[in-house]
Amino acid sequence: MNRMTATKSLIRTEAKGAAPSDPRPSPGRKAIIEVKDLNFYYGTNQALKGISLPIYGNEVTAFIGPSGCGKSTLLRTFNRMFDLYRGHRATGEILLDGRNILDKDVDVTALRARVGMVFQKPTPFPMSIFENIAFGIRLYEKLPKSVLRERIEIALRQAALWEEVKDKLHHSGRSLSGGQQQRLCIARAIAVEPEVVLMDEPASALDPIATAKIEELIYDLKERYTIAIVTHNMQQAARVSAFTAFLYLGELVEYDETEKIFTTPKETRTRDYLTGRFG
Amino acid sequence: MRSSGLRFVRRKWTNWSMLALSAVSAAFGLFWLLWILKDLIHMGLPAINWAFFTKLPTPPGMTGGGLANAIAGTLMLTVLATAIGVPVGVLAGTYLAEYGQKNLFASTVRFISDVLMSAPSIVVGVFVYAILVAPLKGFSGLAGGVALAIIMIPVVTRTTEEMLNLVPNALREAALALGAPYWKVVLRICYRRVLAGMTTGIMLAVARVSGETAPLLFTSLNNPYWNFNLLKPTGTLNVTIFNYAMSPYDDWRTKAWGAALLITMGVLLMTILARLVVKRTGE
Repeated sequence: MNRMTATKSLIRTEAKGAAPSDPRPSPGRKAIIEVKDLNFYYGTNQALKGISLPIYGNEVTAFIGPSGCGKSTLLRTFNRMFDLYRGHRATGEILLDGRNILDKDVDVTALRARVGMVFQKPTPFPMSIFENIAFGIRLYEKLPKSVLRERIEIALRQAALWEEVKDKLHHSGRSLSGGQQQRLCIARAIAVEPEVVLMDEPASALDPIATAKIEELIYDLKERYTIAIVTHNMQQAARVSAFTAFLYLGELVEYDETEKIFTTPKETRTRDYLTGRFG
Repeated sequence: MRSSGLRFVRRKWTNWSMLALSAVSAAFGLFWLLWILKDLIHMGLPAINWAFFTKLPTPPGMTGGGLANAIAGTLMLTVLATAIGVPVGVLAGTYLAEYGQKNLFASTVRFISDVLMSAPSIVVGVFVYAILVAPLKGFSGLAGGVALAIIMIPVVTRTTEEMLNLVPNALREAALALGAPYWKVVLRICYRRVLAGMTTGIMLAVARVSGETAPLLFTSLNNPYWNFNLLKPTGTLNVTIFNYAMSPYDDWRTKAWGAALLITMGVLLMTILARLVVKRTGE
């Protein structure tokens, strides 16, 4: 994948938040999310054990590890998705701009406006491409039709889907191919202008070409959004992320700049996983 | 070699005999259905004419006239039952699938709903007689509509619940992850996803109650005249069939056949309509 093409398709006039400086991670960057001693339980079964790590703004952070290690569970705490299920609970702190989002009195609707999510399988709503994106926008803003159209175009352009769907915005979202559906879901997530986008194995149900497109997109999107991505695919983590966290059996084994994790991991377990000795 | 060859023959024979058995069973079921339809058309068609749809019944023994009042009555009661039964059923089903799920209250409602669904419809008729006809001191279309609605509610409830259970959870999560409140997720995403299936289920429930007779005997009774007052007895095709079919007059018996044919065609039409709706909105 050519990283030099990364920024060319971004057509947005006003910048959002602090402009990213250099693409290289550097110590002392500002963490937008700070996880502190996070424990998570499915009923009595503890799935996360004392996780602490920062998620840096306008960077891609990847969570890797074998199945069942807790990486998706961790991701789903960032937007309190687990609230939906009885018996799922988290203790510890997840600070978003200094505020603990695990507090009982946090408005999850407002939280989810700031922390968007893209799922493993594409989940287009049973409505047109246009309506799919308008659904999210209308939750927060009442816009005249022309402005709404513009916002939808911007979102589709950012998700690199505009050229493919501009003539069929009123076709069903489910008529698109799998890769297009996933980009539609990404467009839908970023149309509400979140600060953080969570991606739970966003390319694992897609073919290699669609996967490459999604990866390129993720690389582009970090200019505007902070991205946390769960992936089974270690090459993918290496390609798109600046930071990588390796989880194993609910524990955070190692967290560092992606380059260091992949070239000089400190932990034997990380090295064994990366070289395919287990997982 | 020999034994495996034998096993192969046996396998083929078993396959053939099972296929034959299921084909015969299917034909057996279809045979009666076609026989009923044939008789209905053969006996009922002579009764169908312009007067059948527009005129009132004649006094016993006289020929001519029609069943206009009963057609209107059946339509009125079906509309009333649908107006009560569908909203209650859809909301109850939504509660079971989206909110109550496995809690004690939901489980109880689900169980009672299943019991009610298989209860004989005459029991519902007697029940409504006790709660509406007796206190109001008179048979009424209202009581008939309520009785039909009670028969309809569990069917619509369970259909709605089963349909909503088919909506993948990932879809709900995706909408919630955008920050949508749960009621909006149900209303805008889940209902939309199952619209076709729910419409079919509702249409079938409507078709089912439009053919119910037993509960009407205790509630709306009968009326040989035009009646649009919900508090008065109301004539219906179903009860008319019941009365006319047992009468000694040839003309009435022919009319009963005609009414039976009309109801059957109405149900058929509704079912076809439901299928068309499914095809049109087929997501």
